[in-house]
Amino acid sequence: MTTATATRGDERIAHVGLLRRQLVKPEFGALVGALVIFVFFWTQSSVFVSSAGVANWLDAASIPFGIMAVPVAMLMIGGHFDLSAGVQVATAGLATGIMTTYWGLNVYASLVVSLLLMLAIGFVNGYLVTRTGLPSFIITLGMFLGLQGVNIGATKQVTNKVTVDNLNLVPGYQFLKDVVGSTITIGGGQFPIAILWWVLFTAIGSWVLLKTRFGNWTFATGGDPNASKNVGVPTNRTTIALFMITSAMAWFVGNTLILRSGSLQAQFGVGTELIFIVAAVIGGCLLTGGYGSVIGASVGALIFGMTQQGIVYAGWDSDWFKLFVGVMLLLAVLANQFVRRYAEQSRR
Amino acid sequence: MADIEVTEDKAAPRNDTDAPLLEIRGVTKAFGSVISLADISTTVRAGQVTCVLGDNGAGKSTFIKLLSGVYRPDQGELLMDGEPVRFGTPREALDAGIATVFQDLAVVPLMSIWRNFFLGSEPTKGRGPLRRFDAEKAKQITRSEMADMGIDIRDVDQPVGTLSGGERQSVAIARAVHFGARLLILDEPTSALGVKQAGVVLKYIVQARDKGLGVIFITHNPHHAYPVGDRFLLLKRGKSLGDFAKSEISLPELTRLMAGGAELEQLAHELEREGDKSGALGRELLEDTKTLG
Repeated sequence: MTTATATRGDERIAHVGLLRRQLVKPEFGALVGALVIFVFFWTQSSVFVSSAGVANWLDAASIPFGIMAVPVAMLMIGGHFDLSAGVQVATAGLATGIMTTYWGLNVYASLVVSLLLMLAIGFVNGYLVTRTGLPSFIITLGMFLGLQGVNIGATKQVTNKVTVDNLNLVPGYQFLKDVVGSTITIGGGQFPIAILWWVLFTAIGSWVLLKTRFGNWTFATGGDPNASKNVGVPTNRTTIALFMITSAMAWFVGNTLILRSGSLQAQFGVGTELIFIVAAVIGGCLLTGGYGSVIGASVGALIFGMTQQGIVYAGWDSDWFKLFVGVMLLLAVLANQFVRRYAEQSRR
Repeated sequence: MADIEVTEDKAAPRNDTDAPLLEIRGVTKAFGSVISLADISTTVRAGQVTCVLGDNGAGKSTFIKLLSGVYRPDQGELLMDGEPVRFGTPREALDAGIATVFQDLAVVPLMSIWRNFFLGSEPTKGRGPLRRFDAEKAKQITRSEMADMGIDIRDVDQPVGTLSGGERQSVAIARAVHFGARLLILDEPTSALGVKQAGVVLKYIVQARDKGLGVIFITHNPHHAYPVGDRFLLLKRGKSLGDFAKSEISLPELTRLMAGGAELEQLAHELEREGDKSGALGRELLEDTKTLG
């Protein structure tokens, strides 16, 4: 990431070099960082680049981090956080699990109800943020704590355990598991299909952000909500939609997790919301909104996955993992700050 | 959205072919017991610039907000092309062709010029879920509209934040012109700028005027107003000090009225008498007081 700060010429030079054009892209730092980390762990362990090794760190990167980093990055570009994104993943999976295994509801119907529930949660987050004008940090912190309580409380009440299981005994399970939870064997490595979903969602998210009106509104809402309102951007609707997209993705991820193994812990997700944000920030999203990239956020998640598994392959004590994440986060924030100054530099 | 009370009938011949684009007739606005504007009248014609001059607290902001649909007048009326109009919301004023460029310019610094240009009114192509922002068209229109205003952009992809104050102003003006403004209201476009940049913005005002737009130029600097203005409305504490055509007033008179008074002039003259050096100081003081308001 330090190479991103290397050379800068006179801004008045009309011809913009390829390096400089890449340099101002938000995902540039993350791509360089990912490359460095990849090469680094490659030199540390040959298993890291074996088929099984790659499958392993791609899996760690894709679910829940990679897929959730996509909407979390969009939300952050739109100027907001969702601290409840992690526990929402669990809420979605637990809801489906309880409805099917304990209440005997059809699995498809359960998925629909669970989706509606998640959209409602996203709407409440977005509505409260736009309505009260309070920081999304506080609103979603409340949602985070609340859902954490609901996840454990409701699960215990219904199942008398802190986990929902036996989803694999429900009719229709196998087909759904194939859709989201199967694996593809390439060269001895078992690649979960979630990786493909991750790539797909990253592509869609990036397309929406860069090529649609909604994407333009997202950048504008995060960049300057007042100015956006003055030119007719529906900033409140955009914000609420972004929160609902986050919750919808939590629905996908939560249900993928419970469909993959047939069970889900009620405490799942606590703490992951911060990793989603870390991935987005490493990927070049500004905490203050208005700038960032979905591809960058996915690369951020990739860095996370590679580091998490790479440490194990390198034979190090994995207790040190979070130190790496912390250092990378700080480096990323410093790089972002530089980019922002560069982008906002006035030529008065 | 509420209806605009415009008795608009484009087929009917205008009863008065020389009706001004916008006429403000005896407009009054009070907030509680505070009278912000009292009995203000002026006109704006297509292809002309009407300058509204006044110190801080003169009622300039209230005046803009009345014209741009944020407030409604308590008394008096607005006539567009000779027909009375009432704007309930800024959107209605915009639809009638009144575009206001506020001091914050309504641009997002981190976004590129072309994204800012079409923000809120993005052209799209494709249909259904594939409906998308037509970036090529947006870039091309941005480039040509800016060139039309005599602005050569280095790169439409560069963030607005990297532009100078004058260039940013030009983006906002070009945008308003492109989206069908007939009357452009500019809220102190030169106040935060250096001499050269202010000159650039004055050039854009002239460009917009020459394109046949009516322009209302709000400022507290008579030196900026006089060269481009065709009409001058002077406000002081919510009251009109006069509404002059250019032929009726000279720059020194305008400045004198603006400076609000004899006491300032007196001070300047006193300093001037004390010799050349402090005389220059006196003139400077007079200028500064006017500029700073």
